[in-house]
Amino acid sequence: MSLLHWAILAPFLMTLFVPFIHKRASVIHTGWFVLILPIVLFAVFLQYLPVTRMNSSITQTVAWIPSLDINFTAYIDGLSLLFALLITGIGALVVLYSVFYLSKTKEKLGHFYVYLLMFMGAMLGVVLSDNVITLYMFWEFTSISSFLLIAYWYDRERSRYGALKSMLITVFGGLMMLGGFLVLSLMGDTFSIRELAAQALELNEDPLFLLAMVLVLLGAFTKSAQFPFYIWLPDAMEAPTPVSAYLHSATMVKAGIYLVARFSPIFALSGYWFWIVGAVGLFTMTWASFNAVKQTDLKGILAFSTVSQLGLIMSLLGVGAASLHVETLDDHLYTAAIIAAVFHLINHATFKGSLFMVVGIIDHETGTRDIRKLGGLMSLMPVTFTLSVIGAFSMAGLPPFNGFLSKEMFFASMVHLLELDLFQMDTWAILFPVMAWIGSVFTFLYSMMIVFKVFTGRFQPEKLEKKPHEAPIGMLVSPIILALLVVVFGLFPNLLSYSLIQPAAAAIVPAILPPGGQLDVHISFWHGFKPELFMTIGVIVIGILLYKLMPKWIKIYDYMPGKVTLNQFYNASLYAAERGSNAITNAYMTGFIRSYLVYIFTFFIALLGFTMWAKGAFHYDASSAASIGLYEAGLVVVLAISIVTILLAKSRLTSIIALGAVGYTVSLFFVVFRAPDLALTQLVIETVSTALFLLCFYHLPALSRHNEKRRFQAGNALVAAGVGVIVTLIGISAHSSKFFPSINEYYIENTYKKAGGENMVNVILVDFRGFDTLFEITVLSVAALGIYGLIKLRIGKGGETNENQ
Amino acid sequence: MKTNDVIFQTVAKVVFFMIIFFAVHLFFAGHYYPGGGFVGGLLTSGALVLLLLAFDMKTVQRGFPVDFKWLIGIGLLFSIGTAAGSLLFNVPFFTHAYNYFQLPLFGKTSLHTAMLFDLGVYLVVIGVTMTIIQTIGESE
Repeated sequence: MSLLHWAILAPFLMTLFVPFIHKRASVIHTGWFVLILPIVLFAVFLQYLPVTRMNSSITQTVAWIPSLDINFTAYIDGLSLLFALLITGIGALVVLYSVFYLSKTKEKLGHFYVYLLMFMGAMLGVVLSDNVITLYMFWEFTSISSFLLIAYWYDRERSRYGALKSMLITVFGGLMMLGGFLVLSLMGDTFSIRELAAQALELNEDPLFLLAMVLVLLGAFTKSAQFPFYIWLPDAMEAPTPVSAYLHSATMVKAGIYLVARFSPIFALSGYWFWIVGAVGLFTMTWASFNAVKQTDLKGILAFSTVSQLGLIMSLLGVGAASLHVETLDDHLYTAAIIAAVFHLINHATFKGSLFMVVGIIDHETGTRDIRKLGGLMSLMPVTFTLSVIGAFSMAGLPPFNGFLSKEMFFASMVHLLELDLFQMDTWAILFPVMAWIGSVFTFLYSMMIVFKVFTGRFQPEKLEKKPHEAPIGMLVSPIILALLVVVFGLFPNLLSYSLIQPAAAAIVPAILPPGGQLDVHISFWHGFKPELFMTIGVIVIGILLYKLMPKWIKIYDYMPGKVTLNQFYNASLYAAERGSNAITNAYMTGFIRSYLVYIFTFFIALLGFTMWAKGAFHYDASSAASIGLYEAGLVVVLAISIVTILLAKSRLTSIIALGAVGYTVSLFFVVFRAPDLALTQLVIETVSTALFLLCFYHLPALSRHNEKRRFQAGNALVAAGVGVIVTLIGISAHSSKFFPSINEYYIENTYKKAGGENMVNVILVDFRGFDTLFEITVLSVAALGIYGLIKLRIGKGGETNENQ
Repeated sequence: MKTNDVIFQTVAKVVFFMIIFFAVHLFFAGHYYPGGGFVGGLLTSGALVLLLLAFDMKTVQRGFPVDFKWLIGIGLLFSIGTAAGSLLFNVPFFTHAYNYFQLPLFGKTSLHTAMLFDLGVYLVVIGVTMTIIQTIGESE
């Protein structure tokens, strides 16, 4: 276990202590204790900066399931480190913010921080794992913790709906991704991402390559909320705002981006990759920004904006794949796309994180997030206003903030595609800059809405639940730090150039690195009068125009079809799945145990009978059979009489007693065959179960055999006879055919020698086959508790619910 | 319905102890003679069922203030604990150990970890049987 492993596991270990801390030290907000961990981890990861700066990496392996080649391999390079710093850095700020956001007395803080830490550890695991199976495991952990956090206020119906939706969609994607990983590992015969990347050229020739790529991309697109899977993210906004800031904007939704970046060395050579990632990303960006404008909930706007920005980063990663194909000196044009993606990733985490926290503050201080109710808060909340201006202007791509720089680089990358004569780009290239531009106009529009609809205009105190005032300083610290970063990265982008951006970008496109060399990262405000500058100016001019004219054209959203949306599709298919499985289940679950017995036994007859017939397994050989004595014959007669009595009995009591007689007769057989252990056990079991039957008998309705139809009885008789015949045939065959020597010699020899016992049956039970006994008593225990639960905890009709409280 | 079952009750009181002693004997004899935890447990529950039939739930509860659900847990703990205990001695899960000791009163006796495992089985069987019978018997 190296330091890296401990860093991944530390949050998980911390979760063990949180409930105790929460219970013992409830005077102090639990968040203060939790806060220590991300800060320490952030400091730990900072120490890796000098390593990754030189484009080198560290690998540490702990054997986990070595027989299956599954190891817990921690791998840190520029890309992993960037994400690890984001996860722990933003994590620390979010925890700090949550201390002031979540009330110490009203909320279940123990749960909250356990889930949050679980997420932090899982996310670190995702970005630091080299083994795809380990990566997948942590990946699903993030889905589960996201589910738990969205449903944190689980008494709200919308929270549960959102949690389920995110879970279903992301876990679906996760399973697809697992399929992709397995296909990849079959092709490359390894689970290690680095080893797979080393074989990228051979993998590209493989017929399964495209399948693996599509499956892995499904995982990435569902997690990063790309079209058409983005529908879970707006509903995930039911989570507490710190969670939205952390999981659903800064880190978890970027896991898909990470996956695409991490697998770029394997897949990026393919033209499909360029098209799928680039086009899906760009379309998502435009579509989501267009939809963001019609939202009225501030968090709804931010959710769609996050989808849109993730699309932007995704498209840059797709487009950047072109750099692998261009051998000219100009190829930094396309690596610029990768650099822009990494840069924008950092910028998005800063400005979107601060915006989410600002929205949380507005929600906290006014009691609403509806922009129709808000307005004129500028003078009441000056600090919050300033923060939102910085965040939103950066998001809109305005100078001098960091969003401007990465937005310009984005435009530049899209424009450069016009010069690309690859992948049929000559006909379609123009669509890329056009869509990028349209998406940016709407981005500008909703960014302005966040600032001006909330902080300017008419103040409407009558619509607010609380009297608004500035937030407490503790709540402002985190967004202030993020906003400062927005400004600092905007003014001095080259602080990041070679420390974080270059190593991360180099990890995405290692193929074009000269040996020991570095990528050329050049970020500046002024590029001269290039197309991207005019595009930005166009965005601002058209954006302002559209904002002013908004009341005139906003109605076009009403013309959008309400019935055929993706959400409707999701709801309808969920409903259909539930209805369908209900219908299928109800078709055969009649509620009568006798029907189930008929199913089971019919299947039993069919399966065993068919096998016996198909394999010609029946065999009769009476040579080793013992002769039938007087005792045996007598017992058989008693047995037969008892069974016939059960069938003909008029009352249940008679049946039960006759059934007991059957059991006792069987135990007498054991006596005759000199098996005292079996005889003893059978006797006692018969006694106890007869007592049990009598107890149940008390609860059952009177026997009413005459009501049953002939056909029903005949069917039952047929099934019963069938089972009898099959079992008899199997018994005879088993006795007649000896394919291998009996194991009894082994037991006879070893019972005393190895187990120190003389009663072979008992030694087998507790020693030789102790596992059987162990599982048997476990099953028995589960059954007993099940019966207890079924009878004692009957849920009465009209149980209490605490819906939406 | 009130029945006069003085004879049954008197006999049950005596027979109960006989059955219990036999059950305990079976349990301890297990490794060398017919018997073992499973039969022992069943027979013990049989004795308790006899008391339940002769008297009623409340009387038996008063005589044996045991929550049988707990017995299930304790029994499982014994069984799994014995099996897992071998890990502490760096031998595979479920490796039993035994040896012969000279004990006062008993003379040369073999002590066996299988006994602990069997004790778990014994307790689980009593717990399970009695939980089921009590629950069904108590319900309306």
